[in-house]
Amino acid sequence: MNIRDVRFFYGKINETVHDITFRSRTLSRVKSILLSIFRTVIITGMSYIILGPVINIVSNSFFSGSDIYNPSVFMVPLNPTLENYRRAFARLDYWNTLGYTFFYIVSITMMQILICSMVGYGFARFDFPFKKILFGCVIVTIVLPAHVIMLPLYQHFRNWDILGIIEAVTGDMGNLLSGETPMYLMTLFGTGLRSGLFIYIFRQFFRGLPKEIEEAALIDGAGPWYTYFGIMLVNAMPAVITVAVFSLVWQYNDMFYARLFSMPASHILTFRLSTLQATVEFADQVKDPLISQLAVYAGITLVLLPILVIYFMLQKYFVEGIERSGIVG
Amino acid sequence: MKKIKLTLRQKRAVTGILFITPWLTGFLAYYVRSLILNVHFSLSKIEILKTGGYRATYTGLENYRYALLEHATFNQVLADSLRDILIDIPFIIFFSLFMAILLNTKFKGRAIVRIIFFLPILMGSGAVLESLEQATRNITGGASVTIAELAKTNEVNIDYFLYLFEDLGLPEVLVDYITGLVARIFEVVRASSVQIIIFLAALQSIPGSLYECAKIEGATAYETFWKITFPMVSPLILTNVVYTIVDFFVNSEVVDLAYEVAFTNYNYGLSAAMSTLSTAIVCLILVIVCTLISRKTFYYN
Repeated sequence: MNIRDVRFFYGKINETVHDITFRSRTLSRVKSILLSIFRTVIITGMSYIILGPVINIVSNSFFSGSDIYNPSVFMVPLNPTLENYRRAFARLDYWNTLGYTFFYIVSITMMQILICSMVGYGFARFDFPFKKILFGCVIVTIVLPAHVIMLPLYQHFRNWDILGIIEAVTGDMGNLLSGETPMYLMTLFGTGLRSGLFIYIFRQFFRGLPKEIEEAALIDGAGPWYTYFGIMLVNAMPAVITVAVFSLVWQYNDMFYARLFSMPASHILTFRLSTLQATVEFADQVKDPLISQLAVYAGITLVLLPILVIYFMLQKYFVEGIERSGIVG
Repeated sequence: MKKIKLTLRQKRAVTGILFITPWLTGFLAYYVRSLILNVHFSLSKIEILKTGGYRATYTGLENYRYALLEHATFNQVLADSLRDILIDIPFIIFFSLFMAILLNTKFKGRAIVRIIFFLPILMGSGAVLESLEQATRNITGGASVTIAELAKTNEVNIDYFLYLFEDLGLPEVLVDYITGLVARIFEVVRASSVQIIIFLAALQSIPGSLYECAKIEGATAYETFWKITFPMVSPLILTNVVYTIVDFFVNSEVVDLAYEVAFTNYNYGLSAAMSTLSTAIVCLILVIVCTLISRKTFYYN
């Protein structure tokens, strides 16, 4: 074999190697392009499924009476009007109701955070008898649907009394219904709306924090309560934000307890929304259900807006918080 | 020395119990008491007194017998809800895992897409949901509801495709399952946002070194999924199944029916029997599903 042959073979091998890498590179490029097309299609479709009805509601809220009967109108109104919003604003008594609702959900959320984190901390860091069984009971409260306890709760708050004290003093039992007190009471005792889940989230989070923090605090002379309020709760920010968002949103949307305890509709926005159509039909003399439905669409847009604003403000921390807060095992 | 250590431990135990006291009180006062009372209600005939109190007369299993054998709709509603739960769960789990994997890859606009997928959590209240369903009909039904309902000309002739599939030899059950899912795709997608979050969090907690290792060993994407991704998220499948069942059941028509019987017809005993029955059945399903799944589950630690 002389030197020319070697050079020839070398060149040939080089060419093949180049060819193969080139081919595999184009192959992987085609693959990734296909993958991204596939992903875009699926995600766009799913986003449309979620957003479509919302867009429809928002656009319908600007429809006028003639648009709803015009079959050629789809999504974009021909005669846009703010009439529906005017009606919804008036009949929802928007600013007042929103103010009450926010006071209610924010105070409930603060209580949820305080109580549930405390209980979660207790379960995460202390050893006491029957701990496992008691934590099992927390899981039971998550899983058990609320309607299995609704009648006794209703009766309990209808004739509310602590060991007969109130009856002895006033001669009659207190009626806590048609107010927010039952919800405050239940939240205060860690059995509010999905409190079990929040306790679980906090417990998982606290278990994930290093023990050395508390040991250092103990050596520096901090008692368990100071350690909890001053150190652990501050460190639990991701979990706090996760719970805050969930609690705000769920409390805002809750209809079950609002109906069960007959909370005043003038204080609960979503509750008021559920009767908006009837109110508009009665008060504004709108006899056509299709047109009064438009006011409901406007009302929904108004009801969704504040919670969307909250969500956008907190969503960055929220997603991070969920990933760090240890919902995951 | 030992004595001091013991008292310290006891001290810690007392503090721990103090920490959980609020929940423990609430649990005993509201949950345990209410559960017992609910069973008591379901076994009696309840008369509501003028003062707001009630008088219970023991009637045995009469309420249960009535709910199961004589009530006009309870059986039907219960069976329908259970069927919906069982049909939708596999799809919701599969779908949310699939979407979580897709959302976990890097692409432009990921933040926005995530916000969109979490939106359904915000739109959970009754009135909003009803209107969303209405709006769904609006966009799927063509120009406007009434018009679309009057003239069904613009719809695709689904029957033709169904016949086509059956001619191809696909079993009828499968075709029914798939068409049922497609018809309810809006609800299914809306019902799986929390599950997507949970899976997403699980995917991000998988250590990247595992994937690097698999890559070096020459595993294909398919093998990587079944040997790494799936086992690592499998504990969360159980969580998601439980969440889905509970969530479905809370929003199901059985709950509405029990509520209506209690507060429209004032038949507390019957309503209590209905809720006890349905809860018992759901708990049974949960236990069965949990034991089945946890056998196959892989725990990393």
